[in-house]
Amino acid sequence: MSRIASVFRPGYKALIAYLTVGYPTLETTYEVASILANNGCDMIELGIPFSDPLADGATIQKASYQALQQGITPQVCLEAARKLRRKIAVPLVFMSYYNPILSFGLEAFCQASVKAGIDGLIIPDLPPEEGAELEATTRKLNLDLIYLLAPTSTEERISLVAEKSQGFIYLVSLTGVTGARQSLPPELEEFVRRVRQRAHQPLCIGFGVSNPEQARRAARIADGVIVGSRLIQLIEQDATFSSLKSFALSLRQALNLI
Amino acid sequence: MTVKDRQLPDSYGYFGQFGGKFVPETLMSALYELEQAYLEAQADLSFQQQFHQLCRDYIGRPTPLYLAQQLSAKIGGATILLKREDLAHTGAHKINNALGQGLLAKRMGKTRIIAETGAGQHGVAAATVCAMLNVECIIYMGEEDIQRQSSNVFRMKLLGAEVRPVSSGSRTLKDAINETIRDWVTNVHNTYYLLGSVVGPHPYPMIVRDFQSIIGQETKEQVMATYHHLPDCLVACIGGGSNAMGLFHPFFHDKSVKFIGVEAAGRGLKTNRHAASLVAGRTGVLHGTKAHLLQDRDGQILVTHSIAPGLDYPGVGPEHSYYKAIGRATYVAVTDAQALEGFRLLCDTEGIIPALEPAHAIYYAAELAAGLPQNQLIIINLSGRGDKDLDIVAKAIGMEL
Repeated sequence: MSRIASVFRPGYKALIAYLTVGYPTLETTYEVASILANNGCDMIELGIPFSDPLADGATIQKASYQALQQGITPQVCLEAARKLRRKIAVPLVFMSYYNPILSFGLEAFCQASVKAGIDGLIIPDLPPEEGAELEATTRKLNLDLIYLLAPTSTEERISLVAEKSQGFIYLVSLTGVTGARQSLPPELEEFVRRVRQRAHQPLCIGFGVSNPEQARRAARIADGVIVGSRLIQLIEQDATFSSLKSFALSLRQALNLI
Repeated sequence: MTVKDRQLPDSYGYFGQFGGKFVPETLMSALYELEQAYLEAQADLSFQQQFHQLCRDYIGRPTPLYLAQQLSAKIGGATILLKREDLAHTGAHKINNALGQGLLAKRMGKTRIIAETGAGQHGVAAATVCAMLNVECIIYMGEEDIQRQSSNVFRMKLLGAEVRPVSSGSRTLKDAINETIRDWVTNVHNTYYLLGSVVGPHPYPMIVRDFQSIIGQETKEQVMATYHHLPDCLVACIGGGSNAMGLFHPFFHDKSVKFIGVEAAGRGLKTNRHAASLVAGRTGVLHGTKAHLLQDRDGQILVTHSIAPGLDYPGVGPEHSYYKAIGRATYVAVTDAQALEGFRLLCDTEGIIPALEPAHAIYYAAELAAGLPQNQLIIINLSGRGDKDLDIVAKAIGMEL
């Protein structure tokens, strides 16, 4: 069983945290990742910053821009993953747009990721239609390539992703970009039900999840929730990370009550 | 060339190894829906008739193929002809595609149209068509471009469009496209993305090429009617590459006709302040397509520069990358200073003020023509008129307005 698969146990709801590597500093990434792993997070997505993050809203755009200004490269992210792997046991997943990976070299990037202790890849601008080449490499190296589904995905596309996605399926909760939201769309339950009919993988809901109540609603129907932009806002607001820590704990608590 | 080449892109949206659909999952179904709707429209005679009638009565097509006698005489080499897209309604070739896609959006029942713009010509064309079709129109434009193409911003507003400034990244065309894609991801249920060049995910490079191919089709008929033989060379400027592809594509199988695409060398190819993706870039993925791309060693997209806002883009259409790979077209680059020379050359010799974008093509064609005999025919796509650029040119040549 892969490290990612072992997170999903019957009756347990996974909490997945997203961080932009190097925002606002690399030290922050190390410290925050440890705090999250020790306070209820089951998996950490390490975002490799990209100059043109077209699936991201204002919060992650800004974090990516500033991380790039700090000189964060895919190579630096690999180093960061290697360091974190020695500190924390939870699965680590890279979230990256496709071009930095293509530029690195697909095979070389996957090999370096595995070496650094990365367990999976999430690539928001790589639909399964374009993923065959990368998939050949990830399968060989036992790296999980996690595909996404959205409320706009047709039944045909749900089947396609169900056939290809490894580790889990990332369900985009809403039609939109990443970012904290007041509320999740009313159609969320129906969307998850449609996917559940066709997919055997664990389903994790992300985009817009920013408080315990939303997390609970999402986790009632899914196997895990993904939180990103809200964490970045908390990192910005409180340099002691105590509000981040209590936020993570409140999410964990909300999920444990299901 | 084989019959297969005629059918590109393939069903996956590829031209050889270039193209594809690298977009967030949220948009994938919309792209399939668009492709389906487009293929149906293409096969529908009444849609085609409507498009061609409006090309004639609204855009003013066919645009003339003009013998630039004074320009040719001054250079003293090959004979130069200008395809006068500057005379199309709104002053540039962009209207051909905006009209075609506007009709398609209406046919698909979309109530809201969004578009990006660099120089503002595509924004003006989209706003124009939306006004005519009575559809809501929102244009994303980089703050840098809003500043340097202010007359086009005013035109878009007069036409009833909302112009949304984009302040991220380099604040030019690339960032405007990012923001338009973000809008589309959010409002995909009722919104049509009217993309302005032969870039972006499949089926856009195909759709935009097809609507712009009217340029090349007319050119072919016009040159055959007057000269009774094919031209020797076609020259066009390239940002994303829509005016060039529109001219080149109908001549694809006419192997004797050379294609030359002219990119922006900005302040020089060695300065990193340019926009010559085909000449100086390497294969990458941006805005949903795989093509030549200006990027750093880590795959981050570079900030580009050109005096011509419409060329200020780090990527290029995948079909141009394909033409380069198979050797069908040659791609070169011309600097800001050389483009200004081309600009003045056409003003002086022909009494035509070109846009700064085709001024790049004029400069290169003039250089090329000088070394060739008079019986050689060179056709330049004069893709737009220069009214929008007067402030930039005045500043660049130190003339008080």
